[in-house]
Amino acid sequence: MRAGGLLGLKTFRHGVHPPEAKDETRDLPIRRFPFAPLLVVPLVQHLGRPSLPVVREGEEVLRGQPIARPDGFVSVAMHAPATGVVRRIALTPSISGRMVPGVYLEPRPGSTQEVMDGTPCPPDASPEEIVTAIQEAGVVGLGGAAFPTHVKLAIPEDRRCDTLLLNGAECEPYLTTDHRVMLEQRDDVFTGIRYLLRVTGAERAIVAVEANKRDAAEHLEKGLPADLPVSVEVLRVKYPQGAEKMLISALLGREVPSGGLPLDAGALCVNVATAAEIGRLLPHGRGIQERVITVTGPAVRDRGNYRIPIGTPLRFLLDHVGTADDVGRVFLGGPMMGAAAPSLDVPITKGTSGVVAFTDAEAERTHRHVYPCIRCGYCVDACPMFLNPQQLGQLAAGQEYGAMADEHHLMDCFECGSCSFVCPSHIPLVQRFRVAKAAVRKAAAKAPA
Amino acid sequence: MTLVLTAVAALGGLTLVLASLLVLANRKLHVEEDPRIDAVEEMLPHANCGACGFPGCRPFAEALVAGDALPGKCTVSAEAGRARIAAYLGVDVGAEEKRVARLACAGGSNVARHRARYDGLSTCAAAAQVAGGGKSCFWGCLGLADCAVACDFDAIHMDPHDLPVVNEEKCTACGDCVDACPKDLFSLHPVSRRLWVACRSLEAGDGVLEDCEVACTACGRCAMDAPGLIEMRDNLPVVDYARPHGTRVPIERCPTGAIVWLDPLHGAVKGAAAKKIIRKGALRDAPT
Repeated sequence: MRAGGLLGLKTFRHGVHPPEAKDETRDLPIRRFPFAPLLVVPLVQHLGRPSLPVVREGEEVLRGQPIARPDGFVSVAMHAPATGVVRRIALTPSISGRMVPGVYLEPRPGSTQEVMDGTPCPPDASPEEIVTAIQEAGVVGLGGAAFPTHVKLAIPEDRRCDTLLLNGAECEPYLTTDHRVMLEQRDDVFTGIRYLLRVTGAERAIVAVEANKRDAAEHLEKGLPADLPVSVEVLRVKYPQGAEKMLISALLGREVPSGGLPLDAGALCVNVATAAEIGRLLPHGRGIQERVITVTGPAVRDRGNYRIPIGTPLRFLLDHVGTADDVGRVFLGGPMMGAAAPSLDVPITKGTSGVVAFTDAEAERTHRHVYPCIRCGYCVDACPMFLNPQQLGQLAAGQEYGAMADEHHLMDCFECGSCSFVCPSHIPLVQRFRVAKAAVRKAAAKAPA
Repeated sequence: MTLVLTAVAALGGLTLVLASLLVLANRKLHVEEDPRIDAVEEMLPHANCGACGFPGCRPFAEALVAGDALPGKCTVSAEAGRARIAAYLGVDVGAEEKRVARLACAGGSNVARHRARYDGLSTCAAAAQVAGGGKSCFWGCLGLADCAVACDFDAIHMDPHDLPVVNEEKCTACGDCVDACPKDLFSLHPVSRRLWVACRSLEAGDGVLEDCEVACTACGRCAMDAPGLIEMRDNLPVVDYARPHGTRVPIERCPTGAIVWLDPLHGAVKGAAAKKIIRKGALRDAPT
């Protein structure tokens, strides 16, 4: 169902409109970031199997050199973010709080830090070659989910993708990375789209941009390559516009079936930043060793968009940009779907799109008393998946996890946080759903196949 | 008047017809059931806890009568109760060793640090979803008492340092705490297993002591002192309970007290070399 919405701009139904808070950083060009004295590169930065290290402790590596190879298909390669020495291969802290295998890399201070090139993959290579090159380049979804991109692109024989959607909606408050990438890396984006169209065999590509980034949309439109079936579509500003299913419903008017993938609706969604990385890396055979991140929030002094080496510890990052004395809460990703950092020792990974820091006072303000549900139905009107968060919340309170999954489509919830955002009783609905989903998954894993 | 009579007659007739149908069904479809099942179920504790491995007391009673299980499986019953069932059925009690739940963490708030302040829903299951909870040690007990809430037998209580303590007398090894713990720290063991590794941290080296003063540093001394019995695997000692394990030797040289002797009277006993901890209050949190 496609809704016209305000000013005739396309969008999906339901959703919310949190304060955008993008003005601080939207006009700041991407800046480079110094290397931390010790980079921490977890080998699990993606969804899937951990990569296998191909370097030894004490080994000298060049910036961009592969340091880990994919373990199976649902896994990607990892590259050295700096020229330096592998100090340790040990457990590293990660954003999930889990300790995961990783590589501690000490950048060499005197090095020119030139990036090592690999085997280039031209845009006219065969689709299989491009899929492999994307895996070898370590490309994952840079929007935040960090799902290996090549897995998405390996379309099964019996499926077809007619439209490629490039997600430049960036509906999360505070974040302006995709915005800056579209403005500053237009050619990379289009080169990336060229690769992606070749792999997927899609007839057309649509770059979706929210109306609060009209300058980016116009910039892209001016540079549209004549030989590519690409168009730019401006969408209404609404959260979670950038979710795959919402994009498909807004742009194509199609619905992804419950439990299905975008391919079931004949579409594929790729983040613009991911496309830009593909367009930047593949012609040189390089791998991801840095990414663009918005560092912002009330507690940050030197806010901006930075190109930060993968593995930069959060503590170094915040020290460099300068923070207020009482940093209370740090989000990796946006404030809606991002994760609260468990400690300042966690490193920046491929999936980190932003670092948003709040002071203690700000964090305290959001810590509010939880009142009983008054059945106002705001959450029902907000849920973009057309679930009933109120009902789900009641069931979760009673730990009726089975009923939530079987009768109320719990597993279709993608934890966008719209229901928690609008709840006047401040009920932490999404947290309850996450607990429920974990319980359902645990039960499913335990049940005999 | 006729209307009332018709109604009474119609409903009365319907009642008669349906009642006779029910009587017929009861006769025709009657299932002969061993009356002993009811008697045995009556003698079971009605806890429906599942510790015996059956879904509840009724299925267990059926299995007992069928001879598929022995009364000793019911760890919740008192000794006399089990003997009564055994005598009634004329079978062996089947002396099963009493099993209890054991917690593989000793990181209470007086010895283990928090790296972050968690202020969401106050359950372990919820905290574990937010970056693994606020504990510095990813593997450690979150201390929000999901296990104590899950325990139907009041066998788990939280100590002053927010660490669950299992009452071996009351514990029936039903396994509810095993399911409830999001960090999978509980497991069921025969009470005779007194040698116990109270840590799950996979990290090696003294660095872990920053997070928790009673963590295993993977020094391997216990494994050296008890070759064959203890083996280091993934930076943790693993006790081979298939071998004789009634020795306190392995705990003696443990520098942190991560491997302990669970004394029935005195609780967890640490070795002589373990760092003594007399701190009563909470450990200050790590600087962020």
